[in-house]
Amino acid sequence: MAMERPDARLDTAAPAAEGRVIEAVGAPVDEAGRHYLRFDAFHRLLHGLLMLAFLGLAATGLPLLFSDEGWAARLARGFGGFAVAHLLHRVFASLLIAVFATHVGHVLHRVFVRKDLGVLWGPSSMVPQPRDFMELVRHFRWFVGLGPRPRFDHFTYWEKFDYWAVFWGMGIIGGSGLVLWFPVLFAKFLPGWLFNIALLIHGEEALLAVGFIFTIHFFNTHLRPEKFPVDRVIFTGRLTEQELREERLDEFDRLAREGRLAEFRTGPPTPALLATSSMVAAIAVPIGLFLVSMILYALLS
Amino acid sequence: MPIASPDASWRPVSLAGSGRTFVAGVVLLLLAAAPPLRAAAAEPGTALSPANDDCLACHGDPSTTRADGSRVAVDAAQFQKSVHGQAPVACIDCHADLTSVTEFPHAETLARVSCASCHDEAVTAYSKGVHAQARQQANGSAATCVDCHGTHGMAASKDPASPTYALNLPTLCGRCHGNPEIIRRGHIQIGNIVAQYQDSIHGRAVSKSGLLVAPNCSSCHGNHEIRRRTDPASPVHAARVPDTCGKCHEGIETLYRRGAHGTALASEDPQAPVCKDCHTAHNIQSAGTPTWRLAVIRECGTCHVESMKTYRDTFHGQVTALGFTRVAACADCHGAHEIHPKHDARSTVSSVRLVETCGKCHPGANENFVRYDPHADKHNRARNPGLFHAARLMDGLLILVFAFFGIHSGLWFTRTVRVRWSGRGEAGQGGKSDGDGAS
Repeated sequence: MAMERPDARLDTAAPAAEGRVIEAVGAPVDEAGRHYLRFDAFHRLLHGLLMLAFLGLAATGLPLLFSDEGWAARLARGFGGFAVAHLLHRVFASLLIAVFATHVGHVLHRVFVRKDLGVLWGPSSMVPQPRDFMELVRHFRWFVGLGPRPRFDHFTYWEKFDYWAVFWGMGIIGGSGLVLWFPVLFAKFLPGWLFNIALLIHGEEALLAVGFIFTIHFFNTHLRPEKFPVDRVIFTGRLTEQELREERLDEFDRLAREGRLAEFRTGPPTPALLATSSMVAAIAVPIGLFLVSMILYALLS
Repeated sequence: MPIASPDASWRPVSLAGSGRTFVAGVVLLLLAAAPPLRAAAAEPGTALSPANDDCLACHGDPSTTRADGSRVAVDAAQFQKSVHGQAPVACIDCHADLTSVTEFPHAETLARVSCASCHDEAVTAYSKGVHAQARQQANGSAATCVDCHGTHGMAASKDPASPTYALNLPTLCGRCHGNPEIIRRGHIQIGNIVAQYQDSIHGRAVSKSGLLVAPNCSSCHGNHEIRRRTDPASPVHAARVPDTCGKCHEGIETLYRRGAHGTALASEDPQAPVCKDCHTAHNIQSAGTPTWRLAVIRECGTCHVESMKTYRDTFHGQVTALGFTRVAACADCHGAHEIHPKHDARSTVSSVRLVETCGKCHPGANENFVRYDPHADKHNRARNPGLFHAARLMDGLLILVFAFFGIHSGLWFTRTVRVRWSGRGEAGQGGKSDGDGAS
C-alpha cells in the first residue's frame, strides 16, 4: 500500500534511517519486490474465522441489547426471526470458542513442545513489557509534538492491547455466554443471582468489544490516514520492505543485525490474494461501521 | 303491488289522477315530522275503524304519494310475512289515532307510533338508555325502535332475516357506530369500535364462524337499555365488567375474583383492573396469538411501570420487545387471571412455587436457579448488590477504555494529518527519531 503512495511515509522512514539499514543488510535494497512475512497462513485463517464469528455474534446479539430500537427488530427479523438469530448466535459462539481453543492450544504447543520461550518474553511475545510502556509514552509525546515518532518492533503496544482486549473479552463474554446458554447446568453449582451478573457483563462487555473493534481497532489498523482505507497485511500476511521499515524499524534492524531477514523474506502477494483481501475488508469493515453507528444512534437518541 | 280494493271509491289513483292538490293521507311512521304524542289507547274496533284491507286500498299502491310527492306505499306482501303481519296485528293497532278517524283520506300528519302500547317493557328499558337520552338532548340521529327493528317488514329477533338477529347485530350497530362521521361527531376516542370488534375473536366467531353463542354487541351492552359505561348500572361499567364477561367465561371469572386484581375490585379500589383493561373492550384477541401475547405485556406495564422497566432489561423482556414470543411474558410466570402477590403462598412466583414455575420452561431448574432475579435492577443496591457493583465496574471499564483510546486515536489522527500536510518539514524530525528510538 505504502508503495503506491510514497507520501504516506512518516518520519521514521527518513533517508538517514534507510542509509543505516542498507548498511546493516550489506546489500542494496530492491524495495519494489521485497516482502516480509508477518502473519503465516495459520494466523491469517484464525483471524479470518475470528472476524467471521465476531461479526456474526455482534449482528445477532446487538438486537437484544438494543431491543427497543426499530433497527434492532428489523435486524432480528432480517435473520429470520428470534429462533434463527438465537441459533446463529450459538453457531458463531461455538466457532469462536473453537478459534480461541485452537489459539491457546497453539501457544501452549509452542511453549511446551517446541520450547519456544519467545512467546512468553521478547519482541515476538504478546506479553506486555517495559518497552511497551515507553513506546506508549513516546507515542503520546510525538502526538503532541514533544518528541520524535517512536520506533516499534514486531508488536506495538496498541496491537498488544487489541490482542489482550479480545483475549479477555472472549474469556468474559464466552464464559458468561456459556452460563446463559446452559443456566440449568450452571445452577447445579452457581447461585442464580450470578446469572443476572452474567447477563449484564455479557452485554456490557460485548458493547465494549464491538465498540472497541469497530472504532479503535479499525482506526489503528485500517482507517488512520497512513493506512486508509485498509491495511491488507492481516489478509495477505505480507509487508513490503518499505512498510516494515516505516512501521517497525526496530524489528527490521534487529532482524538485520541477527542476520535473520532472509528467514522472513517472501514474494509479493498474488493479485488474487490482494483482490480477496480487499474484498474481505470491503465487506467486513462496512458491516462493523454500520453496527457501531447503530449503537451510537441508539445511545445518542 | 296494489291490492284490489273492494271499494272503488278509495282508489288513490283516481285521487292522484284528478289533479287535486290534496293527496291521499299519510299512514306511515312519520318519525321526523311528528312531535312525540302519546297515542290514545286504541278503542276496540268500532264499525268505523278501517280494516287492513281498507288501508291497503290506498297504501297498497306504490304510486300513492303525499302532497309533496313523498311515497306512502306499504309493501303488503312484506307486511304479511312480518312478525306483525303474522300475528296478525292491524294497521290501527300501531297507527292508533286512525281508530277514531272517520274521514278518509286522513290527515298527512299522524301521531307517532307508540310501540309501548304492546312492547311496554322494551320501551321502558329503552327510555332509560343512552339512545333515548340522546334523543332528549336533540340528537336526531340516535336510534329509535324502528332504526333497529324496521317498520312494516319487521322480523322477530330470532329470525335470521332480522337486522337484530344475533349474527346480524354487529352490522346493524355498525351502521351508526362504525360510521366515521358519527365517530367524529360523537368524539369517540377509541375509534371505530365496530371495526375493532369485527377483528376480535368475538367478532370473528360471529362473522366468520357464524357462532350464535359468540357475543355480539347486545351480549355485553344489553339491547334496549343500553347505558353509558360511566353509568354504574351499565353492564359495561368497570365494576360490572367481570359479571358481564363472566356470563360466558364463568370459570375465568372465578379465578379472577380470587386473584389480586379481583380482590382489589371487591375492595372498591378504583385502580383495580377488570377484564377489559387487559383484554381491551372490543379488540379482544385469542390469548394464543403472538400479537396478543406481546400486546398484553404493554397492558401490564401501564400499571406495573417499574416491573416493566426491569423486565425489559432481561433476556425475556428483550426478546419480546423485538417482537418474538418464545420467551416468558408476564403471565407465563405470574399467571393470567388468578394473580397473587409474591408473598402469598398461592402465587406462582412465591418462593415455594418458583422452582415449579421456572421449571415450566427450564426443566431441571433448582433452588439455585430460581435465585436469578427476572426483575433485577442494576441501580438498586439493596435488591441486587452483586449486580449493582458489577454494573458500576463495567461502566467504569467502558468509560476508561473509550476515553483513553478515544484520546489516543484523536491525537494520533491529528498528528498524522499535520505531518502529512506539512510534508517535508516534519520529515526532518525523523532523523532525530533514529537516535531516540527505543531498542
